[in-house]
Amino acid sequence: MAEKFVKGKMVPLPTSAIIPERDLDKAPILECRHLGIDFGGLKAVDDFNLIIGRTEIAGLIGPNGAGKTTVFNLLTKVYQPTRGIIMLDGYDTAGKTTEQINRMGIARTFQNIRLFDNLSVEDNVKIGLHNQEPYSVATGILRLPKYWRQEKAAHERALELLSIFDMQDLADSRAGSLPYGAQRRLEIVRALATNPSLLLLDEPAAGMNPSETEELMEHIVRIRDTFQIAVLLIEHDMRLVMGICEGICVLNFGRIIAKGTSEEIQANPVVIEAYLGRKKEG
Amino acid sequence: MKLKKSTLQNLITYAIVIAAFAVCQAMISSGSMSRALRGQMIPICVYIVMAVSLNLVVGISGELSLGHAGFMSIGAFTGAIVSAWLLGAVQMENALLRLLIAMLAGGVLAGVAGFLIGIPVLRLRGDYLAIVTLAFGEIIRNILNCLYFSLEGKRLYVSFNNPSIPGKILVNGPAGATGIVKIASFPVGFALILFTLIVVLNLIDSRTGRAIMASRDNRIAAESMGISVTKYKMIAFVTAAVLAGMAGALYGLNFSTVAASKFKFDTSILVLVFVVLGGIGNIRGSIIAAALLTVLPELLRAFSDYRMLVYAIVLILVMLATNNEHLSTLLGKLMPGKKKGEEVNG
Repeated sequence: MAEKFVKGKMVPLPTSAIIPERDLDKAPILECRHLGIDFGGLKAVDDFNLIIGRTEIAGLIGPNGAGKTTVFNLLTKVYQPTRGIIMLDGYDTAGKTTEQINRMGIARTFQNIRLFDNLSVEDNVKIGLHNQEPYSVATGILRLPKYWRQEKAAHERALELLSIFDMQDLADSRAGSLPYGAQRRLEIVRALATNPSLLLLDEPAAGMNPSETEELMEHIVRIRDTFQIAVLLIEHDMRLVMGICEGICVLNFGRIIAKGTSEEIQANPVVIEAYLGRKKEG
Repeated sequence: MKLKKSTLQNLITYAIVIAAFAVCQAMISSGSMSRALRGQMIPICVYIVMAVSLNLVVGISGELSLGHAGFMSIGAFTGAIVSAWLLGAVQMENALLRLLIAMLAGGVLAGVAGFLIGIPVLRLRGDYLAIVTLAFGEIIRNILNCLYFSLEGKRLYVSFNNPSIPGKILVNGPAGATGIVKIASFPVGFALILFTLIVVLNLIDSRTGRAIMASRDNRIAAESMGISVTKYKMIAFVTAAVLAGMAGALYGLNFSTVAASKFKFDTSILVLVFVVLGGIGNIRGSIIAAALLTVLPELLRAFSDYRMLVYAIVLILVMLATNNEHLSTLLGKLMPGKKKGEEVNG
């Protein structure tokens, strides 16, 4: 397995190559240098280098078990990296906890949906707004004027965010009772509520039919345009990835094997090999 | 303005409590309430507060705590000492004021204990947390068993495991707090219930409450939303401890002597039974369960020897009935305000 990834076989591309032109004059939102984590003897992710532009939509793809979700867990500090640096908006994230990372500007969704099932749709979004409309515990108990003001603001903001996906009518439903696609969309809304500068989407189109996926693609682009944020997404649906991602990063066995635009990735022999295997010679 | 569904539910809860108080008060003043039942009124108030506050930890914050009686005992002892000191050293004659200050002191001290215990305990999860809260409850009781307090003039003496201290003994080790001047009153108990309800219900229906429930439902998702899970679990735990301490002070000042053995593991479990029977996370259910189950042993006096047997059977029957789907849908139809499982399709 190890000799499969001799240095010469990897396609070396400058890390800045996938930043879209409009972001070139701005500092990147995310920069990972030599990021890695070991689980026991297994190098789940190793030497992961990535730069994401301010308003870039980037894709992270790779075969099952390549370590894509592990990268997300490293970026959000669900796992603490063994090696390497993650710079967010120019700040080092070393030693930060998951909740601090969120306050610094990374919000995420989960591969296996993690909504607050017993709470209403609106409350789920309001939990995302937790640090956006703050007031103290005492203000909440004593129902001071600030409580009413902030709760009203949170209510209006929640409905506004839900209207991105036309979900404002579902505000009072229980989150756990929503159909699958709506739960995925609610997770995105909840992540957006935390006012991120980088949105991580873990398989947003999983379990969606082609027309729903089409709709989701438009939504992701629209979210990027409205909020002016960067999006990094993991996805197996190549139509989605090739359709909206400006930069794509391919991961296999925890290492980046290719980076580039969708055309470059599609033509890359190493990527084709990773997905389809090598042609038998002779 | 349209009332939120939860607001309406809360108003119904307040209305039930106020109505129950009015009826009881009327029965007491007209003399139609039996002596035994009249003696139960303050314990009922105490256990309602205990159940509601434990529900904040078990139901809302989702952590099984088995040491709630420990906080109650801290409140009871603090209340007894403070009220005796106020009477003896400060010459405060006003019983109501003394009771309120004693309850406040009991709440504060129990809250401090809750915070200190919460630091190690809230790092644990699930069964481990339950076991350690149980242990802390027992530790509190055993420490109180060895404490001696006495009052001489304006001076308060404390000793550990050594009964020879000067002056009038207030707390006498295993014999507990003695010579308490009974100043607890039913209206104050009712006021404490209202206070507890305001604190707990307002807390749940606020940013803090949502954060607590988010931490309960999905820890990782809550952290990813920028919520400090440990902080919010601590807020729930300390709030519950403060309320239990206040209830404990009221409880202690309702008797002439209170021993630490009153607050054994059984008491924690009893309160947990109220919470589970009333419905985990259901505040109104806790109130009703606590009130009925505190009165029940008195009502079952006619069965004399078989009292606890009947009590156990009643508990089992209520459990079966509340978990019965047919019965709960029937109840749901009878009570339009009751929560129904809503399904949204499409």
